[in-house]
Amino acid sequence: MIHQTAKPHEHVGEGFLEELLSHPEGHDILACMQCGTCSGSCPLGQSMEFPPRRMILQARRRDMESVLSSPSVWMCVGCYTCTLRCPREIDLTDTLWPAVRDRALQEGVQPPPELQTALQNLYMYGNVLGKSPRKRLDWAKDLDVPVTDLSKEHTEVDVLWLVGCYPSYYPRNQVVSRAFARMMTRLGISWGVLGVKEKSLGDCDRLFGEEGLFETLVETNKELFQRQKFKTLVLLDPHSYRALQVFYPRYDAGFPAQHYTMFLADYLDKLKPMLTRPVPCKVTYHDNCCVGRRCGSYEPPRELLEAIPGVELVEMERNRENALCCGGGGGGMWLDGHITEHGGKRLSDERIRQAAATGASVLAVSCPYELSRFEDSAKVAGLEDQIVVRDIIELLAESMGLVEGDNS
Amino acid sequence: MKIVVVLRQVPDLIEPLEITSEETALDYDEAGFLVNESDDHALEQALLLAEAGSAEVTALAFDFGDVEQTLFSAAAKGVENITTIPWEESAPPSADVASSMLATAIRSIGPDCVFIGCQAHDELEGALGPRLAVELGFPYLGVIRGVSATGDENVVHAFKEFPGAAKSRMSVRFPAVLGILAADQPPRYVPVSRIRAAMKSAEFDEADLEPVGCSGAVAVTRLSFPAKGDGAQMLTGSEEEVAEQIADILIEKGVLT
Repeated sequence: MIHQTAKPHEHVGEGFLEELLSHPEGHDILACMQCGTCSGSCPLGQSMEFPPRRMILQARRRDMESVLSSPSVWMCVGCYTCTLRCPREIDLTDTLWPAVRDRALQEGVQPPPELQTALQNLYMYGNVLGKSPRKRLDWAKDLDVPVTDLSKEHTEVDVLWLVGCYPSYYPRNQVVSRAFARMMTRLGISWGVLGVKEKSLGDCDRLFGEEGLFETLVETNKELFQRQKFKTLVLLDPHSYRALQVFYPRYDAGFPAQHYTMFLADYLDKLKPMLTRPVPCKVTYHDNCCVGRRCGSYEPPRELLEAIPGVELVEMERNRENALCCGGGGGGMWLDGHITEHGGKRLSDERIRQAAATGASVLAVSCPYELSRFEDSAKVAGLEDQIVVRDIIELLAESMGLVEGDNS
Repeated sequence: MKIVVVLRQVPDLIEPLEITSEETALDYDEAGFLVNESDDHALEQALLLAEAGSAEVTALAFDFGDVEQTLFSAAAKGVENITTIPWEESAPPSADVASSMLATAIRSIGPDCVFIGCQAHDELEGALGPRLAVELGFPYLGVIRGVSATGDENVVHAFKEFPGAAKSRMSVRFPAVLGILAADQPPRYVPVSRIRAAMKSAEFDEADLEPVGCSGAVAVTRLSFPAKGDGAQMLTGSEEEVAEQIADILIEKGVLT
């Protein structure tokens, strides 16, 4: 985080470098040798007036005014490719970009309207979709397994499942939430949810540069989690997992947490005998950026898919740490208009073509954003008759006989 | 130029609204609140004039609903003077009560001009702006979609739209009440860090006012939800089949013969 100021600076961008250097990771930008690996690796770098290398150059020149007013500020989708490939291991995604965006906001630069709406929704309602907090648990209406609602009963559970915004509210994702609830119950896991008290973890708004909003949500969630009795948090959303792993501990709010792919992989011995129904299809898996490149977990999702009878797993040419981002992270989910206007493309459109090129009939994902992004892209690319998008949970649940599938 | 901006709280439509058992009012106990949209535009317009160097802005609001959040946000946007009017009822004041109390508070502030949203979604007839103008003895100009400075401290240009794509520019000499529909730009986004800073530092003045009686200008006889229709009819089939179905419906309804 960088130091927040209550009032705009006298000159736009003044003191930005000093603020960045005051942060331990920010100091690393002095090690930048301007090799341009970051800009060359960025999937949207060719469309940015100020890709990461030039941003660093401008910061070191103490000339940030043109950077802060540039559309480039809102082009990063938080894929971590620049960070992973930087030969000097500079933390560009988690440090440079949020600092630049934070400063832009402090200077009064208005973010793209679609992003403003998402941020305001988060602040007012605790979810980016602008839905009623009272409807957080609507996904579980008429569910055929019991749900322990920890907002109503104070009891101890092994797993505190943070359902997430899209899995709680978005109809396509609610299907996955119900399947996961059935799966945990079948596995005999003691689990509960926070119901109407659940709020976003603020996973993406930190990368938006909305440090104040992120701090507000951290404070709320920290207090909420501390009142619960559980062994681990489990999340469907990789961005939220990343936030808990990487950012929350910086606010003295560390909690044990697992993305669901890691959690279920730990249960594979128990899970395998339950995977009785063949799911005959060729599947390719899209590595999400936060669990993958940011947290280095590539095998659990593949272990789960390979455990399903009938599934033939094939890899895209770009996989694991070289996987192309879907374009939804770092605020990208709410910047499609801006990025398409200035970048000329949606990354998910490109990625769905890469998936289809494998000959797979199913693109398996493990991130709530990716279902709708890739389903939209399949339509845009004219591939909806060739490939369907399924969450790994849906494929597992189908093999367990918990849901009916459509993988053709 | 001193501008007072009136900021009202209205029910947040994210939650379903409830009607009281008497069926004459909203059940405000069940509602969440946010700033009235056109009041937010009025604030933005005032701030734009202030930033152009020609205005000093005071926000004025009843202490009702989630008004603190609205006022902290206003402070974070740059409003330096904030005044609240005590209000302890569960429902907001009616237009005549509000206009009377607002007028008293505004007289003590002594502005050149009052900006207020020209409508609110829980209001009948957009009455508050004109009634406030009557109370103050100021002229009222409503449904304004932009205000610009003229160089004369006592005159602004106000813009209105009329049917037929006509647009007018009017010179408004102060004092006046301006009913704002939309500002020259959408209300600005203010980072939460600024709002958090305002929560720690902003101070509100409280107007020393007692509630006044209601003269009952407009009485609601019955409030009800819109009647639900039968829902949408989804047409399926090829383009030709759908076109044929549409034609059949139009014939059935008597639109085509």
